[in-house]
Amino acid sequence: MLETLELVVNGEPRSLDVEPRTLLVHALRDGLGLTGAHIGCDTSQCGACTVLIDNRAVKSCAVLALQAEGAAITTIESLAAHGEMHPIQRSFIENHGLQCGFCTPGLILAAADLLSRDPEPTDEAIRHAIRGNLCRCTGYQPIVESIRAAGAALREEASR
Amino acid sequence: MIPAPVRYARASDVAHALELLAEPESKVVAGGQSLIPVMRLRIARPSLVVDISRLELRGVEIRGDELHLGPLTSWDELLEAAELRCPGLAAIGECAHGIGDLQVRNRGTVGGSLAHADPASDMPAVLLALGATLKLRSPKGDRVIPLAEFVLGPFTTALHAQELIADVVVPLPAPGSGSAYVSVEHPASGFALAGAAALAGPDGALRVAVTGITTQPFLLGDDPEEALEAAEIFGDRFAPVDYRRELAAVVVRRACESAVARAKGGS
Repeated sequence: MLETLELVVNGEPRSLDVEPRTLLVHALRDGLGLTGAHIGCDTSQCGACTVLIDNRAVKSCAVLALQAEGAAITTIESLAAHGEMHPIQRSFIENHGLQCGFCTPGLILAAADLLSRDPEPTDEAIRHAIRGNLCRCTGYQPIVESIRAAGAALREEASR
Repeated sequence: MIPAPVRYARASDVAHALELLAEPESKVVAGGQSLIPVMRLRIARPSLVVDISRLELRGVEIRGDELHLGPLTSWDELLEAAELRCPGLAAIGECAHGIGDLQVRNRGTVGGSLAHADPASDMPAVLLALGATLKLRSPKGDRVIPLAEFVLGPFTTALHAQELIADVVVPLPAPGSGSAYVSVEHPASGFALAGAAALAGPDGALRVAVTGITTQPFLLGDDPEEALEAAEIFGDRFAPVDYRRELAAVVVRRACESAVARAKGGS
């Protein structure tokens, strides 16, 4: 029993047929081929599947695809523009904010939500914002540094 | 895992939602932060999910001497609400700040948390201390129930199958009141091992509620120490009974001190 789902993904209207039980992460990965949203756990704890729904970070494994009808979804695939990495992506590379990279799309999108409302967060605010994203490689400190530096880069970009 | 097969219906208004809920094995979904994970584990296998997330039951509003929280208001919206930035209501934002994580706070709702009735959920303790009542709506009409009578046990409430939480009503604390929420969380799950909410009145009177230590959040009554002694506290490998009782006493004391300080300081 398939139902048609219409949503706007990375700025483009998309339509696909899903079962009512289909989770948003599966609709994105299997239906639209956007495999940047990762599946790292079975319990909605790891945050690797984080995407933005209407600019807010959400675990796409804890949302039924049909619940997102009409919403604007942003996945990691859309962050780089015109062949240029997004400042948050660049900052993660420059500050060693990733090793294996599995958790990185989710962390970057959680950071994007944070920095969109708090352009100059304290380290405490950064740690609070990434609580829902597990990383098993870095020990988090380089991630905090990456997000702090990304905030500075975005502020500089905005002031130009 | 993927949830078991289910049908999905998006309610267009409250009456439509109630009509859909006539189906015996139906389940309401709003933010889905409690329901979807348990559907994935197949602990919950509803035949129909009724999505109420687009209904107009959202928002924070002060009307007369009451605060109204729309049940679909997210934790994040509670955090942003200017109406809650006064000492008497400070516990609400303080509690919302610590709930789940960024992603959960963006989607999870106050009504969903109340209806889910997890024995370790934080906000019910705050709303108990603030003396909240719930307005419930069914095809038979509305009824009002104190929150203390709404939560019946772990994951069990007085909500009928064909009934929705329509409003969460908090009497505005008298000027000069202060409130606070303090918890000690399990470091991995984030759920409270013990949490306490306190409302201190301008005359120094305290109303205290605790969560995470028994089958449900509850009000401590006039003698908090005695109430904690008498409580049938739940123990597990993370926090055995004696440790949890000790922890409860600590968070109760801290919540009371913080509430009293806010009442005095007006901040």
